[in-house]
Amino acid sequence: MSTPAERLATACAGRRVTLMEVCGTHTVSLFRSGVRGMLPPSLKLISGPGCPVCVTAQGYIDAALELAGRQGVTIATYGDMVRVPGRGGSLAEARARGADVLVVYSALDAVAWAAKHPERQVVFLAVGFETTTPATAQAVLDAEEQGLANFRVLTAHKLVVPAMLALLAGDGGDGLDGFLCPGHVSVVIGSEAYRPIVTRHGKACVVAGFEASSMVAGIERLCEMQRDGQPGLDNRYTVAVKPEGNPHAQALIDRVFESCDATWRAMGTIPGSGLRLRAAYRRFDAAVHYRLNTEVDDDPGACRCGEVIQGKVEPKECPLFGNGCTPTNPVGPCMVSSEGTCAAWFKYGR
Amino acid sequence: MVGELILLGHGGGGELTRRLIAEHILPRFANPALDPLTDGAVLANPGGRLCVTTDASVVQPIFFPGGDIGRLAVCGTVNDMSVMGARPLALTLSLIIEEGLSFAELDRVLDSAAAAAREAGVPIVTGDTKVVERRRGDGLMLSTAGLGVLPDGVDLSPRRVRPGDAILVSGRIAEHGLAVMACREGLAFSTPVVSDVAPLGRLCAALLTLGEGLRFMRDPTRGGVAGVAADLAEDGAVGVELDEQHIPISPAARHAAELLGLDPLAVANEGKIIAVVAAADAERALALLRADPLGREAAIIGRITAATPPLAEMLTAAGGRRIVQRPHGEELPRIC
Repeated sequence: MSTPAERLATACAGRRVTLMEVCGTHTVSLFRSGVRGMLPPSLKLISGPGCPVCVTAQGYIDAALELAGRQGVTIATYGDMVRVPGRGGSLAEARARGADVLVVYSALDAVAWAAKHPERQVVFLAVGFETTTPATAQAVLDAEEQGLANFRVLTAHKLVVPAMLALLAGDGGDGLDGFLCPGHVSVVIGSEAYRPIVTRHGKACVVAGFEASSMVAGIERLCEMQRDGQPGLDNRYTVAVKPEGNPHAQALIDRVFESCDATWRAMGTIPGSGLRLRAAYRRFDAAVHYRLNTEVDDDPGACRCGEVIQGKVEPKECPLFGNGCTPTNPVGPCMVSSEGTCAAWFKYGR
Repeated sequence: MVGELILLGHGGGGELTRRLIAEHILPRFANPALDPLTDGAVLANPGGRLCVTTDASVVQPIFFPGGDIGRLAVCGTVNDMSVMGARPLALTLSLIIEEGLSFAELDRVLDSAAAAAREAGVPIVTGDTKVVERRRGDGLMLSTAGLGVLPDGVDLSPRRVRPGDAILVSGRIAEHGLAVMACREGLAFSTPVVSDVAPLGRLCAALLTLGEGLRFMRDPTRGGVAGVAADLAEDGAVGVELDEQHIPISPAARHAAELLGLDPLAVANEGKIIAVVAAADAERALALLRADPLGREAAIIGRITAATPPLAEMLTAAGGRRIVQRPHGEELPRIC
């Protein structure tokens, strides 16, 4: 029985292999499990645009902060967003100055809170990929059913596959042999969703779970495909991921949202990579109600988060990494989010 | 409802305060030092070095699976003294109550604090009661202080650890923090995670019998085992190497941490000790811990090394290696 390190070395066999793990949870799990540390020297694993907080445009963060400062508004948010710095500080700082910021685990908690507090205007910060979107869709449907006039969502939901395709259409795919595809997202969209990446761009795609054994199996499979010169599509997380995904969750998303162009941090506008509320649900859109533009992006100065999330540079290549930018005092979102590449490198790697 | 809730007047120092103390506090904590209700408690001088500690307890919700704020306050203060190697002599307990708290809730907390103090064998000898306005107090906050005596020759500190020493933990980790967080967020797990909050005096006393072989003890509360490991490396100027596969954690806690996106190593414990002992005493220390019901699942989880620069690291179950850092602030659940 060979060790995971031996299996990886055998699969890679000294060849130069470059893979991208798309998902932020993979980035963290690879460090936390020690798998990253056991990669053979010629196998390079780069982190992609899969941390929901990190890819969110600066304009969205600033809009959320602006709303937090308004009388009568309660911001309901996932914990990751609380410390992301915007132009006027972070939500954590806004909270200390008196803003009402509620950390929730699910969009449904935000709706329940809104129902109990009719005197507050509740805005849920709807960020994330296909993993969190079904819950936002359900929350909007619940709010409609309950006739809530005080619940809205500030949406920045994004789609994983269009971002991967955009990366490949640019120079992001140069030298890349394949993708370790996200576990949670794939539960919803299904492994077949990555087919265009294989057929159109000739890049291998393997879905993996978050246990060390599953990630190692996924990387092994990608190395084998590279060795054989046959980039294909495979699924090493079959207990949770089906080829067609979860049709119920997909239908829920489709009922409430329609695709739109979206602004990604430092990646610009990617056609068809975002989701906005359909016309029938537009009254729940906080950006429309409060007349906010969330789709602008200006990166803070020397911070290279934008390149980090595209796998163009490693965190240590950023001049601010560990040197003015730390998890305690973050400059860019990659250092804040628990799934951020810079935070993972700082915490587990350095 | 009148008569069932605590009013601002209960903190006014008048008749309502007197009744609150006479009817709800004294009967639960009666002891010779407290009973006269003088401005200060008078204690006999035990001689030797004294150990003083203080704690502020704020937790939401105030009742959680496995405990409540009363038990937490007493155990937290007792444990800080115990891991110093001190024998606790007395505690103080101050209540900062938000008006509108029910007497039923207050009584439950006081009962629990009294029970924990009995369990730890430490009297609560003085205290104070204040009531703050609605929305200015988070229900109930407690402030405690502890006084203990440090036996001659006891000197536990990170500076005393040496390469080769063994690192032990007295049981399963991460249960307190996960229990509170799951409860706060209304998450129901099929196997609930229950706080480990408990007084550690007996376990610490057992380890103290190792004498010179016992180098260091700490209770890994906020910051968890990761925080203690990072402190040890930094303050002791040594390497700290943990073996992930030997760190005891229940499947329920592991799953809860996964769901919440938290590293169990960084989650708070309230009834565990991390101890560093000389290599030759490691097995004996393990036996001492396991002989106590609170230490049944104790384990040797790592070692002190001569690594430079000083660093805390973990050998992962998958056979890798990673750095262990103290968490950076508020532990927040992630998005997906």
